[in-house]
Amino acid sequence: MTETIFRTEGLTKVYDTGTVKIHALAGVDLELFSGELAVLLGPSGSGKSTLLNILGGLDHATAGRVWFRDLELTGLGDRGLTRFRRDHVGFVFQFYNLVASLTARENVQLVTDVSPNPMNPAEALELVGLGHRMDHFPAEMSGGEQQRVAIARAIAKRPEVLLCDEPTGALDSKTGVQVLEALRDVNERFGTTTAVITHNAAIRKMAHRVIRFQDGRISAVEVNKTRIAPAEIEW
Amino acid sequence: MDALDRKLLRDFRRLWAQALAIALVLACGVAILMTTFGMYQALNETRAAYYERNRFADLFAQTRRAPLTLMPEIRAIEGVYAVEPRVTGAAILTIPGRAENAVGRILSLPASGPPTLNEPILRSGRYPDPGAANEVMVNEPFARANGFALGDTFEANLNGSLRPLTITGTFLSPEFIYTIGPGALMPDNEGFGILMMPEPAVAAAFDMSGAFNSVSLKLTASARPEAVKDALDRILEPYGGLGAYDRIRQESHAFIDAEIKQLRSMSVILPPIFFGISAFLVNMVIGRIVMLERSEIGLMKAIGYSDTTVLTHYVLLAVLIAVGGLAVGWPMGSWLTFLLARLYAQFFDFPFLIFTMSYEPYVVSGVLALLTAALGAAQSALRAARMPPAVAMLPPAPPRFRRSMTDRLLQFLRLSQPVMMILRSLMRWPLRSFLNALGLALAVAILVSSSFFTDAMEEIIDSAFYQSNRQDAILLLSGDIKETALEEVRRLPGVMQAEGQLSALAILRNGHLSKHVPIEARRAGADLARIVDGDGHPREAPGHGILLAERLAAQLDLQPGETVEIEFLTGRRETVEVTVAGTVPQYFGLGAYMDFEALNALFRQTPQITMAHVTLDSAADTEFHAAVQDLPKLVSTIMLTDTRSGFQDTIEQNIGYMTTIYIVIASLITIGVAYNGARIQLSERARELASLRILGFSRGEVSFILVGETMLLALLAQPLGWLIGAGIAKAAVEGFTSDLYRIPLVLKPDTFAKASIVVLIAALVAALVVRRRLDNLDLVAAMKTRE
Ligand SMILES: Nc1ncnc2c1ncn2[C@@H]1O[C@H](COP(=O)(O)OP(=O)(O)OP(=O)(O)O)[C@@H](O)[C@H]1O
Ligand SMILES: [Mg+2]
Repeated sequence: MTETIFRTEGLTKVYDTGTVKIHALAGVDLELFSGELAVLLGPSGSGKSTLLNILGGLDHATAGRVWFRDLELTGLGDRGLTRFRRDHVGFVFQFYNLVASLTARENVQLVTDVSPNPMNPAEALELVGLGHRMDHFPAEMSGGEQQRVAIARAIAKRPEVLLCDEPTGALDSKTGVQVLEALRDVNERFGTTTAVITHNAAIRKMAHRVIRFQDGRISAVEVNKTRIAPAEIEW
Repeated sequence: MDALDRKLLRDFRRLWAQALAIALVLACGVAILMTTFGMYQALNETRAAYYERNRFADLFAQTRRAPLTLMPEIRAIEGVYAVEPRVTGAAILTIPGRAENAVGRILSLPASGPPTLNEPILRSGRYPDPGAANEVMVNEPFARANGFALGDTFEANLNGSLRPLTITGTFLSPEFIYTIGPGALMPDNEGFGILMMPEPAVAAAFDMSGAFNSVSLKLTASARPEAVKDALDRILEPYGGLGAYDRIRQESHAFIDAEIKQLRSMSVILPPIFFGISAFLVNMVIGRIVMLERSEIGLMKAIGYSDTTVLTHYVLLAVLIAVGGLAVGWPMGSWLTFLLARLYAQFFDFPFLIFTMSYEPYVVSGVLALLTAALGAAQSALRAARMPPAVAMLPPAPPRFRRSMTDRLLQFLRLSQPVMMILRSLMRWPLRSFLNALGLALAVAILVSSSFFTDAMEEIIDSAFYQSNRQDAILLLSGDIKETALEEVRRLPGVMQAEGQLSALAILRNGHLSKHVPIEARRAGADLARIVDGDGHPREAPGHGILLAERLAAQLDLQPGETVEIEFLTGRRETVEVTVAGTVPQYFGLGAYMDFEALNALFRQTPQITMAHVTLDSAADTEFHAAVQDLPKLVSTIMLTDTRSGFQDTIEQNIGYMTTIYIVIASLITIGVAYNGARIQLSERARELASLRILGFSRGEVSFILVGETMLLALLAQPLGWLIGAGIAKAAVEGFTSDLYRIPLVLKPDTFAKASIVVLIAALVAALVVRRRLDNLDLVAAMKTRE
């Protein structure tokens, strides 16, 4: 767990809304390590999503630098970022973002179609325990099932990093646990570096490290000596 | 198949109703483009090939009688490539088994073999024996209409001597693609035929040995036609030359040319309307989809799909709609082209098929349809491609409603909440509302202008066939005949009334402007053939001076009171100056009228006539036709009763077709616009409308908002549509004025009413179809949709 996957240096993001300038990120220095599962905690508006978006190549920073291994993301254009996302990153969003007109299997296929070394879509769905719902459309599935399809879609390309923005935000405790189990499973089985944003402080107990945010800055980093299984989390 | 392709196909299938509505509008554009452009091309090319192969002449001239010894001189004119003289004449024909006489136009065939210019194509049999006096070949349509077989015989009155003629062959000629008898308004293949006979026989019959009265010229590529015309006129002048003319004044060519030009302008004007509306509808639909699929687009980008892939994805959706349009439009266009070709086959005689649908109309319409859809989708697809992946994750900002003056006005009016919702939504998207209304207005305009054409046509027919010409038949007489001959006409069996007319072919000049026209002169009070103005009032030719049709006066730049120079091409061929006594607005022809006595006085002759108008007792039809042949100097009889009913039938049938086609087209446009508009509205407001339902509004009240907005737009579109339609009519009146006719601007109130009714009904149907979806709205699902 020594290799650095992501490194940021003085990362800043300013939103200019015309009247006021919002410092969503105000100088973040952070490292994420190979194979770790990090949980990002912090009040609403503290900059968690902004950070994750920049790490994942969805957004540009205003100042500061970001590296993925030796690749400096802050030096890439849109084309380069697209390539980076395609080859290295898996995303899971709070609202699943499934394509309504595609079945579970096809939603996963959307990713495997364009990645160099993907899993079989069926295999990815088996991993999240949805082998039996492969040909169902999103509208025919519960929120938790949809989120697990989204996880299957994210891991199907065998990404090196998995970035999850409030993956359980819209779920109840039971389905939330299923989703977290799927995430931990992937993390352990493939050594995928995983970052999970959550508002549920209890979830921090399953992480290797917990990174706390406050006003666009990292306010604390804790290392968990012992981790608990998702099923033991008190919601 | 890629997952993205699958999404594309599923989205398309889900959109089928909207896609179909757009595809049908697009299909109209494709079909009309194919038909007009395809037919334009087919006619143009067929005609060009025919002219080329059969050496259709470039210049023509008629004279009274010119010696063949002029030939070397004519050949020597600079720019002349080939010359062919011939003798032409007219003959009354007695066809076995036919009560009425037919009229034959006789053309001489050179003794040396087939003519070098205007070469006929032999369709059956053989050329007449050069030495035979009683052999002819006739144009194929004439033979077919009369059921002639080779070897059949009919009798002809050749310059006063009756002679049996035997048919040796049938032909088609580039000079007679469109064949119309002298003075006739419609082709009549049964009553008018072209007869080709060996030169010696024709020359003998018409007293033209060693002479000619018609000449055709082919020019070299570098020739200057005007100079050749002048030179030819100078040579023929002493021999009664009637003025050389080029193809544009050759009757058959002029008619086809008018048709070709009309096809071309239709292919340029009409399809863009349909393509424009389709592009707008595609734009609306794809725009809505891109808005709805923001999170999907964001996702595609997050997982590494490139901008180009996203762009292509949405453009392809539009392309699928275009493919649907082509799937309907191509067969529809082929069918319409086939119908039109069949119609043309009735009027135009080509030796080969015109309906050889080449690949070009398919390619051109295909490319344009795809481009239309792609352009329509471009804006939204680009927006999708440019969405930064992070922003695409957020839901769209709710549309901003601002409080405005109009808002305060609305409040002041104390409108009900649903009415308020309708008005706010119209004002929220002013451009979109306007374009929607414009689309519906165009549908109205199409109907207004189509029934304007119908009404205008009817008015022209009424004015030309019923008001101006009330005779049953016209007897054309050769040479000038004393007016007293009318007594002889009156004594013919079945003749009830007879009136004489003197017509003199002349060139009217004012400065450098000139025009070839016949001057008509009738006795004051003539009742059968009259001068009728645009308002239907009869007018008399003035006792002095000349009365000109308004268009003729305009073309010659003449005002009443000014002087016009008249060069008569008949009689003593004198040139005189006459005052323009007045002008008369007329739809048909370029009329020039003088008083009967005055014209005869100009010619210094006792009153003479060149034609007689008669009314007939239909019971004595057979006797009349049998007796009229014996009338000396009769050139031909024109039966107007037949022409009228034939013309009326053809026109009514065509108008019936056209009206149906236009109503279908306008309904498709309306449905395309109204249905898509309502669907998009429903999609944008599903949540809002569902909330209203949950709050306790009834289905009827909620659907009132949806149907109400569509119908309000449709209502607002009406005045705009009337204006555009009237504008098109006005432009047509100005644009279509030609030597042949002027279109009257007839816009009846019921034209507007009918157009509005069709469009409002179609819009209501479209809105009610969408309403059914609203009735089935799943309240829970609608509230769940994230937006
Ligand atoms: N597109 C934008 N324009 C302007 N301000 C923005 C934009 N996106 C985010 N912000 C602002 O940046 C700050 C950080 O936002 P961010 O989404 O990173 O917060 P977050 O920690 O993810 O909060 P939450 O837990 O509520 O999701 C907030 O104050 C937010 O209002
Ligand atoms: Mg967030």
